Amino acid sequence: MGAFLTLGIISFLYGDNPWYKLCEALFVGSSAGYWFITLFWDNIYGKFYLGVADDKMLMVGAILGFLMLMRLSSKIGWISRWPLAFVVGAIAGFYLINYFSSNVMYQVYATIKPLFSISYGQPVMSAPFGKIVSNIIIAAGTFTGLIYFFFSKEHKGAFGKGAQIGIWVIMITFGASFGYTVMSRMSLLISRMDFIFGDWLGLIK
Amino acid sequence: MKKEWLIYAGILLISLILFFLVPKPISFSPMVSYIIIGLIALVIVFIFVRTIKGRLVDRRTIFVFVGLAVVLPFFMTVKQPIKLSPEVRILFDAVQDLKPGAKVLVSFDYDPPSAPELQPMAEAFFYYCFKRDLKVIIMGLWPQGPQQAELAIQRTRQIPEIAAKNIQYGVDYINLGFQSGNEFVIQRMGGSFKSMFPNDFYGTPYDSLPLADGVTNFSNIEFSFNLSSGYPGTVEWVQVAVDRYGVRLGSGSTAVQAPQVYPYLDSGQLKGLLGGLNGAAEFEKVVGLGGVDGQPGFKQITGILGKGTKFMVSQSAAHVIVLAFIIIGNAAFFLGDRRRKDKNNDKDSDAKKTDASD
Repeated sequence: MGAFLTLGIISFLYGDNPWYKLCEALFVGSSAGYWFITLFWDNIYGKFYLGVADDKMLMVGAILGFLMLMRLSSKIGWISRWPLAFVVGAIAGFYLINYFSSNVMYQVYATIKPLFSISYGQPVMSAPFGKIVSNIIIAAGTFTGLIYFFFSKEHKGAFGKGAQIGIWVIMITFGASFGYTVMSRMSLLISRMDFIFGDWLGLIK
Repeated sequence: MKKEWLIYAGILLISLILFFLVPKPISFSPMVSYIIIGLIALVIVFIFVRTIKGRLVDRRTIFVFVGLAVVLPFFMTVKQPIKLSPEVRILFDAVQDLKPGAKVLVSFDYDPPSAPELQPMAEAFFYYCFKRDLKVIIMGLWPQGPQQAELAIQRTRQIPEIAAKNIQYGVDYINLGFQSGNEFVIQRMGGSFKSMFPNDFYGTPYDSLPLADGVTNFSNIEFSFNLSSGYPGTVEWVQVAVDRYGVRLGSGSTAVQAPQVYPYLDSGQLKGLLGGLNGAAEFEKVVGLGGVDGQPGFKQITGILGKGTKFMVSQSAAHVIVLAFIIIGNAAFFLGDRRRKDKNNDKDSDAKKTDASD
């Protein structure tokens, strides 16, 4: 069955065909069913049916969840905005703190560092050559990248050149991400081929 | 429609031949391997020359070459040297510094589609933890995560060295199972593990698990390792567990996600990172299971071949093919552009000549 489905999905490389469509439909259907069952047993049965007895606060979540279903009615659909507002507000507050701390403060701290020494207070040129180059690239890349996203001044002259370097830095970053994505997708293909030629056909030593 | 059925019949026929008629297993000698590599290189050069001459290849040709690059290395005896990167070394050192009996929390935040990259990391990590007598607490923020953990544990327990240790569930490791709620689960775990996992994967109450005795929250955990393939994953663990509760965290990420979490490594928020299959192969090597550079291999020690190391030759070959076709594609694009310009110039000059003669 695994080999049949794998070959069916791979057959799309030649072109769209009924075999591929069958495998795709099976995948989508089984995934949706799996998620539904998982969330039913975990949330509705586990947390609502069983959990409320131990933790009354879960009742609040259950009521908000029920109010969300009001969206199905055209007359009282507006009620669903209340739980939605709660979710948006709570998550915005939670993320504001997390992102500001982890993705702004820590990253700024990690970016502002001495270019030519190992750490502050150490003699100049104490860092190894590779580290110095790396530090300069990080500093220049961050600075020019920020210039590119500064739209209050026209990108002309030296400022424009900085923005141009910034866009190159951003493009290199996208390139690195693309390379990693290729690596990831290849890993999936390798694993499937290992299954076909190894586990199924038994050809691999 | 007729063509499609012919293709189906072809695939079926090839499969039957491979299944019943081809002797198993297949293994090419180094000489045959190098001849095959040489032939593929020659064909690619031929395609390059054809492209320069303006004859473009069908996209399916690229698929065939990528397929060959992935499959043929399985049968070759060619080995690839694997170099240890600093991020893998940092993770290894962090785990090595733990004392026997230290508690390690491993969160499985992925599902089967990401298993090719993350499962080898999980197996190598478990191997090293059990080898060093560390106590492992497993959990998952993705529903299938704890099941992936069970598979990794099963495979690790087959390793004779680990089998000899007679690893016991409840004492040496526990699986707390899945909990929905994404990063809010991590947030609640900062107060109490039990509030999020009242029962383990098998339904055993948290308080009945010997290993959970004395484990209230993150302060009772010496190290955490997160296997991540998206949301929720390493980013959320860093934001909540590391930055709020001071957890020491290492990460194993899919290659797609690795660039997103690298900044956390430079800032010291992550204690080590395994990125994609390459990271898995490096970790297999550093824990002594890689089977390259004259070390005893995973297969020799364990009877099982480490998949990270096993797949790396295919990975590299596929990358070379992709690079080759990027070069060929660019050559076709730029030369085609020049030809178009030359053609337009010729047309313009012909038009001028016609105007002049009129």
